Amino acid sequence: MVDTATKNRIFGTPKSTFLNHVNTISSWMFTLDHKRIGIMYLVGVTLALFLAGVFALVLRTHLFTFDGEMLTNAQYNQMFTLHGAVMVFSFIIPSIPAALGNIVLPMMLGAKDVAFPRMNLMSFYLWIIGTGCLLAAILFGDGLDTGWTFYTPYSIETNTGVVWATFGAFVLGFSSIFTGLNFLVTINTMRAKGQTWFKLPLFLWSLYATSIIQVLATPVLGITLLLLIAEKTMHVGIFDPTYGGDPVLFQHFFWFYSHPAVYIMILPAMGVISELISVYSQKRIFGYSFIAFSSVAIALLGFLVWGHHMFTSGQSQVLTLIFSAITFTVAIPSAVKVFNWLATLYKGSILLNTPMCYALSFIFLFGIGGLTGLFLGALSVDIHLHDTYFVVAHFHFVMVGGTLTALLGGLFHWWPKIFGRMYNDFMGRAFCFLVFAGFNLTFFPQFVMGARGMPRRYATYDPEFLIFHQISTVGAFVLGVGILGAFLVLVYAAFKGPRCGANPFRAASLEWQTSSPPDFHNFIHQPVLNDPYDFDSLVYDEDLETYISREFADPEKVPPKKEPVHH
Amino acid sequence: MGLAKTRQSPGLLLLLKLETDMATVDAHADDHHHDDHDHPPFIAHHFDDAEQQFDSGKLGIWLFLVTEVLFFSGLFVAYTLYRNHHPEIFQQAHVFLDKYLGGLNTIVLLFSSLTMALAVRSAQLGRNKNCGIYILITMVCASMFLGVKAVEYSHKWDMGIWVRSSWSSDADSLSYGHHEGQLGIAKSLGVSDRLIWLSAIPAVLLAGSLIASVIGFVTKKELFGKFMLAMSVMVGGYFLGAGVGQVYQNVKEGSGDSHEHASLQEQQPMQLLAMTQEDQDHADDDKKSDDADHSHDEEHSHGSEKAEYDKEHPDPETLDRDIGIFFSIYYCMTGLHAIHIIAGIIALAWIYWRCLAGHWRSDYFGPVDYVGLYWHLVDLIWIYLFPLLYLID
Repeated sequence: MVDTATKNRIFGTPKSTFLNHVNTISSWMFTLDHKRIGIMYLVGVTLALFLAGVFALVLRTHLFTFDGEMLTNAQYNQMFTLHGAVMVFSFIIPSIPAALGNIVLPMMLGAKDVAFPRMNLMSFYLWIIGTGCLLAAILFGDGLDTGWTFYTPYSIETNTGVVWATFGAFVLGFSSIFTGLNFLVTINTMRAKGQTWFKLPLFLWSLYATSIIQVLATPVLGITLLLLIAEKTMHVGIFDPTYGGDPVLFQHFFWFYSHPAVYIMILPAMGVISELISVYSQKRIFGYSFIAFSSVAIALLGFLVWGHHMFTSGQSQVLTLIFSAITFTVAIPSAVKVFNWLATLYKGSILLNTPMCYALSFIFLFGIGGLTGLFLGALSVDIHLHDTYFVVAHFHFVMVGGTLTALLGGLFHWWPKIFGRMYNDFMGRAFCFLVFAGFNLTFFPQFVMGARGMPRRYATYDPEFLIFHQISTVGAFVLGVGILGAFLVLVYAAFKGPRCGANPFRAASLEWQTSSPPDFHNFIHQPVLNDPYDFDSLVYDEDLETYISREFADPEKVPPKKEPVHH
Repeated sequence: MGLAKTRQSPGLLLLLKLETDMATVDAHADDHHHDDHDHPPFIAHHFDDAEQQFDSGKLGIWLFLVTEVLFFSGLFVAYTLYRNHHPEIFQQAHVFLDKYLGGLNTIVLLFSSLTMALAVRSAQLGRNKNCGIYILITMVCASMFLGVKAVEYSHKWDMGIWVRSSWSSDADSLSYGHHEGQLGIAKSLGVSDRLIWLSAIPAVLLAGSLIASVIGFVTKKELFGKFMLAMSVMVGGYFLGAGVGQVYQNVKEGSGDSHEHASLQEQQPMQLLAMTQEDQDHADDDKKSDDADHSHDEEHSHGSEKAEYDKEHPDPETLDRDIGIFFSIYYCMTGLHAIHIIAGIIALAWIYWRCLAGHWRSDYFGPVDYVGLYWHLVDLIWIYLFPLLYLID
C-alpha cells in the first residue's frame, strides 16, 4: 500500500483540477485538453439537440390537427428538413464519440491526452463552422426543404439554401473524420503498459469500431456533397438528369456514407450500455469478446447494406435481393450484444440508479428499434412500409431510444467523474421515466399509423390518423420535458451537487482511478492496471468514502478476494 | 514520496510487469507542468517517448491517406460508371487532352517523388541542408506541374471546353462555346488571356515573396529572408511550367493546320469522326437489346434541343452533347488533384522552414516522413488520372 497522505492526494477531491487550474476564456477556447474539448463539444451538441428538438415540437404541434393550419406546406418542409439535418449531422454523430468519448477515452487508456490534441481542437471548431453553415441556410438561403438526405434532382432544382447546408455537412464530415482518426491512433498507440486489446473497456472497442466507419465512410460523403455543390452551381451533369447525369448515383453515394453513419450513431451507444450494465450489476460483463467483435462486425457489415434504403429506387432486382440478405445479417451481432447484456444482468446485484434506468430503457427501446428494422429489410414488406411513419418510428427508436438514451445514461454515469459532484438520483430517475414514457407515447403510435399507410413528410393527413398523431404530439412534449429536466438535473449537480469521491459507483476501468474531477494530466500517478470488469479488485475506503484499488488500500482492512463465481 | 513502496501481490502478474512504473506515485505532483522534466524538446507532453510519438504520427498519416483515397473514390466510381454507360463520349473527348503535356506533368511529379524520398532520407540522417535542397526541388516541381496545368486549362477554356452545362443550349447555363471572338484575340497575342489571368495569382505571390525576402535580408532576419527567397524560387517553378507548356502549345499550333484550333469541331480528326460514328451505330444496336428505354429517352431529349444546338455548333453530328460529362469529370478530378498539390506545397513549405531552422535529427524526422507520404499519394493519384483521362484508346 501507499501511505495515507499519498492516497489522499490521488483519490481525494483536489484543489486544482482540469476545470479550474486556469480559468480564462482563452484557456477554454484554445485548450488542447481533451476533457475541456469534450465539455465544449457537450455544450455544443446539447444546444444543437435543443434547437432541433424545438423544430420537432413545432412539427408535432402542426400535426396535432389533420389539416395542419399552423405552418404553410413550404414551412413544414423546411422544419422537418432542418430537424433532420441538425439532429443527424450536428447532434447525433458527434454526441457520444466527440463529447463523452473525448472526455473518457484517454483516461480509460491511462493516457494524458489523445494522440493529436490540436487536431482534436480543430475538430471542435470545424463542428462550429459546419453547424453555422447549416444554420446559415435558414438565414441566407431561404431555409432548406430537401429532407436531410439532399436527394437529387430536387436538391438541384430547389432555390433553398442547399449549397450552404451541404457545405455545412461537408465541414461537419471533416470534424467527424478528425475525431475518428484521433481515436484510432490513440487506442492503437497510447494504451497503458500491459493494456492489451482484450483488457480494454468495451466502450473503447465500440469507439474504435465507430472510428473505423468515420474514417472510411465520411470521405465518400464529402466528395458526394462537393459534387452536389458543383452540380448545383455549374451543372456538371453527374447527378442531374437534365444534363445526362444519374440521380440514383447520388443516392448510392449518399447511402454509402449514411448507412454506415447510422452505426456511427448507435455503436458508441452500445459501448456505453456495455459499461453501464456491467457496473450497475457489479458483475463481469458476459461474453466480453463476443461484444467486442460484434462491434467490429457491425462496423464492417454496415458498409454492405446501403442499398436497403433504395429498394424502391429502381436498382436491379439482384442487387436488391443481396442488400436485403446482408441487412438481415446485421441483426446477428446486434442481438449478440443484447443477449450478452441480459446475461450480465442475470444474478447481478443490480443498482437501479439513474444511469441504470437509462441502460434498461435502452435495451427495451433498441430491441424494438432493431427488430422493426428487420421488417424494413424484408423486401415485400418494405414495398408497403417504404416512406411511411413506420420508417420514421423505426429509426427514431434506434436514434432517440438508442443513442439519446445511452447518451443520457452515459452522462449520468460519468458526470460525477467529470465534475466531482453527485446529482439528485431521485430527480434523475423521475426524468428518466418521463423520457421513457414520452418517447414511447410519441413513436409507438407512429408504427401503427405507418403500417396503416400514413406517409412520412406530409404536412396534412387523413382524419383517420388523427388520434395517432395527437397521441404522438402529446408524447413529444412529455419527451421534451423529460430531456430538458434531465439536463437541468445534471447542470444543477455540476454546480451545486454534493461532492462525491473518486469512484462512487465501484467501477473498475482506469478513469475511476483518479480524483473526481481529474487532474489536468488525468493521473498524478501511474494507475494500477486491472481488469476493467473485475469489481472485486476495488474496496471501500472509509476515510475517502469511495472505492479504491486494493493495491492502494490498507492491507489490514481489505476483505479477502472472492473466488470467482461460476454459473 | 516518489519512493513509496508498492505492495507486491503475487497473484497479479500484470502488476509485476508494471511494478517499476507504478512505484512512482508521482514525485512531481505539485508541479502541474511536470511533464517536461525528462522530455526532449521535440516530444509533445502527452507522449511517453519519441517512438510512441513517431508511431502515432505514422499511423495517423496513413489513416489520413486512406480517407484521401476514399475521397477520390467517389470520382473514380463516377468515371467508371460513365465510361461504362457512354464509352463513345470518352472516345470522342480524350483527343482534346494533350497527352504530351500530361506526360510532361507525369514526369515532373515522378521526379518530385524521387526528390521527396531523398529529402526524407536526408532528414533521417539529420542532414538539414540536403533535406532543404531536396524539399525545394520538390516544391519547384509541384508548382511547375501547376504551371503546365494552367496552360492546359486556359487552352481548353479558349476552345470553349467547360463542364457539361456549357455544352447544352439551355439558356441558364454557362456558355463557353460562344467565345469565338475572344479566342481570336487570345491567338493574336500568342498567350491566352485566360492564362494571363490565371498567372496573376502566382505573379503576385512571386513579387510578394521577393519583396519579403529583401526585407528579411535587410532587417537581418536571415532565416526569413532565405525562406522567402526559396518561396520565390518555388513560385518561379510555376512560370517555368507555364512557359514550357505555352511554347509547346505555340509550336504545335504553328506546325499544324493554321485553323486547327479555331473551333471545337475542327479539331476533331476525321478518321476519329468516322470511327465514332461507327461506334455510335454499334452502341445503338446494343441499346436495342438491353436498356432500350433509357437510351430512347436520352435520344428523345437530345433531339428536342437539337435544332438550337445546330445553330451554335455547325457540325453537331461529330460530337455527343454528353461529351461534356467527360469534361465535368476531368475538371472535377484534376481540379481536386490540383487543390491537393497546392495543399502539398503549403505543407512542404512548412517542412522547408523547419529544415532551415535545423529541426530534423536522426531521432526526430517524423513530419518530413508524413508530408512525404502525403506527397507520394498525390503523385500516385496523378499516376491513375493520367492514363484514365489522357490515354483512352
